[in-house]
Amino acid sequence: MTVLEQPGAYRLAPPPGWRPRLDPAPLLPDAEPFRLLGTDADLDPETLTRLYRELVRGRRYNEQATALTKQGRLAVYPSSAGQEAAQVAAGLVLAERDWLFPSYRDTLSAVARGLDPVEVLSLLRGDWHSGYDPRATRVAPLCTPLATHLPHAVGLAHAARLKGEDVVALALVGDGGTSEGDFHEALNFAAVWHAPVVFLVQNNGFAISVPLAKQTAAPSLAHKAVGYGMPGRLVDGNDAAAMHRALGDAVAHARRGGGPTLVEAVTYRIEAHTNADDATRYRTDDEVRAWREHDPLALLERELRSRGLLDDAGAEEAARDAEELAAGMRDRMNQDPELRPMDLFADVYAEPTAQLDAQAAQLRAELDAEAQAAAESDTESQAEARGEGGAR
Amino acid sequence: MSTVDAAAPGGTDTDPGAAAARKPVSMAQAINRALRDAMAADPAVHVMGEDVGALGGVFRVTDGLVREFGEDRCTDTPLAEAGILGTAVGMAMYGLRPVVEMQFDAFAYPSFEQLISHVARMRNRTRGALPMPVTIRVPYGGGIGGVEHHSDSSEAYYAATPGLHVVTPATVADAYGLLRAAVASDDPVVFLEPKRLYWAKEEWSPEAPEEVPGIGRAVVRRRGGSATLITYGPSLPVCLAAAEAAREEGRHLEVVDLRSLVPFDEETVAASVRRTGRAVVVHESAGFGGPGGEIAARVTERCFHFLEAPVLRVAGFDIPYPPPMLERHHLPGVERVLDAVARLQWESGWTMSGDGGGDGGTEGGEGGGK
Ligand SMILES: Cc1ncc(C[n+]2csc(CCOP(=O)(O)OP(=O)(O)O)c2C)c(N)n1
Repeated sequence: MTVLEQPGAYRLAPPPGWRPRLDPAPLLPDAEPFRLLGTDADLDPETLTRLYRELVRGRRYNEQATALTKQGRLAVYPSSAGQEAAQVAAGLVLAERDWLFPSYRDTLSAVARGLDPVEVLSLLRGDWHSGYDPRATRVAPLCTPLATHLPHAVGLAHAARLKGEDVVALALVGDGGTSEGDFHEALNFAAVWHAPVVFLVQNNGFAISVPLAKQTAAPSLAHKAVGYGMPGRLVDGNDAAAMHRALGDAVAHARRGGGPTLVEAVTYRIEAHTNADDATRYRTDDEVRAWREHDPLALLERELRSRGLLDDAGAEEAARDAEELAAGMRDRMNQDPELRPMDLFADVYAEPTAQLDAQAAQLRAELDAEAQAAAESDTESQAEARGEGGAR
Repeated sequence: MSTVDAAAPGGTDTDPGAAAARKPVSMAQAINRALRDAMAADPAVHVMGEDVGALGGVFRVTDGLVREFGEDRCTDTPLAEAGILGTAVGMAMYGLRPVVEMQFDAFAYPSFEQLISHVARMRNRTRGALPMPVTIRVPYGGGIGGVEHHSDSSEAYYAATPGLHVVTPATVADAYGLLRAAVASDDPVVFLEPKRLYWAKEEWSPEAPEEVPGIGRAVVRRRGGSATLITYGPSLPVCLAAAEAAREEGRHLEVVDLRSLVPFDEETVAASVRRTGRAVVVHESAGFGGPGGEIAARVTERCFHFLEAPVLRVAGFDIPYPPPMLERHHLPGVERVLDAVARLQWESGWTMSGDGGGDGGTEGGEGGGK
């Protein structure tokens, strides 16, 4: 019989001096996703109304961006339709001095934070890797490699604290991203350094086609927090009020010096992974339908109406505001972006190397030749037009 | 334009005032001094890595920093290379200047995702808004009897990644001067420390370190008119020894120490090869896909009409780094360098005359003119 097989082998007296480092119980997530909508919880009417307006805008934003892919104006768009409550809450809970670290799907969180909706789309349109100034907006570039931005959030929050500045970082990641090594390293660093960071996992059921059950065997993603020594919170990701409360609590906790929190938003990706994906290969219509009935916007609207905070006029006004956002996006996105080829060499290094200077000169010459050829053929065709016109 | 003549390691050609304070100092001590001075000069400089605190690093390079600057500025991190570099990215985003230590060359590999996907391109993807003033110190290379994963020459991976600077000192003065420049740089610098030179001592003045050329400048360590040895880091002493040995046979080898792989100082290298007409690139890392191929191609492009022979390479074999008891068979030594020099078609070519400089000169009787 091996030691492992001996009954109670590990229930003998602990080794001398051993104590558990932390009581795990307070770190454990709720058994059921945390909810506020549909309960008689005391909710701030102003926050509810704000969430509603942003949610209406967010839904419209997703629709418009998806439409723009169909017109070839966006190279690709990973829609967050169905996840708007989590995204909008993430965009609203931060103070101006705080930092947001979004992944490629989290455009809406940046827009809800107040970023220019067209600048946010640069990466996905393909005119540059990032269209906004991260320092000015305190939004890190949308991150495409999974989970690699999470340690950045930890480092930034840590640096801010070392400098004595009151800054919290909120980083977003998908359920698939929690399997990456960087997720582990980021959570571990954050907990050890007691960094003011909030990790928001949007568990939308799938990593492209792979369902959560094939991604992890953990009881929930929020449970992962306990192993690092930080609290985990399980939240109904389609309940905007619950998301706002849970994230707000986590941000406040971090600000008070309480360290990091992992928040899992249980939600669903209504659209395909991106416009290039065929979701019918890995999920059923019934499943999608069931989630549509738990739609974040409908849930919130019902709540507002039942609390007497919204009438038809209010709903129309919110829709008009959203329509304006969409019209602005259309107008600007339907213009060709201004591309500056020489920018390719502009910011590789603070000072370009001799080799890059030589390559830039090569491209400059190619562009000049192109421009000259275009000008010549222009004059020729004008002359031709004039000549022919005169002959006739 | 950027040729700078410097004394060979241990040289004595500096002003007599500074010479008084000179004493034997190892490269590891000079790097330690550079870190201390950088941290003292700029509160944004933070040293972080595995065992860099109380232990002072496994090579003692960070010795004493935690005592002097506290744990917030010299931080023992969890054991996670991606985490170390990834958090350094965030710290740099917030205005700090992290200097991270990767414990050994082969243990930096888990951090390559952060390095390549973020550190190297953050400035570019954000149009200059987020520079990455991160220094990544990597003890690299063999010759110290390390077991598996402790002797890799990983410079080719770094040099192949646009957006990184890649430097490697071979002298005590350069170890100090280049590291100060790396920490002060607003761009990420991979600072490759040749482990087997860590304990090599030279006369150097810690209180008044001499200025050295900056990042991106090569240095002619030895003048000679017969052929150019192009090398860096751990292979510099090998090449200097080979040059000394070749002299007995009447060949005067010029030795160029690159010091920086990226940016690459093409001018200094090309000027030397144009003078000598022959070149051998020497490095420890594998030859296939190694820096030698790139350097040989550039020399050929720049100096084709001056070349008397193909540019040759002396590199490590194209094998995973061997076990310590066999490493001497793998590492390019003086003999292999001299063999390559002997293969530079001395009999078929002609020799340039008169411009060898220094102790150089033309080959008496060799080649026979054209
Ligand atoms: C390191 C890495 N591996 C693979 C991919 C390709 N990829 C893009 S999205 C995705 C699935 C991500 O799923 P999840 O983390 O759940 O986020 P979601 O797309 O559902 O928001 C994969 C595999 C990637 N972007 N990065």
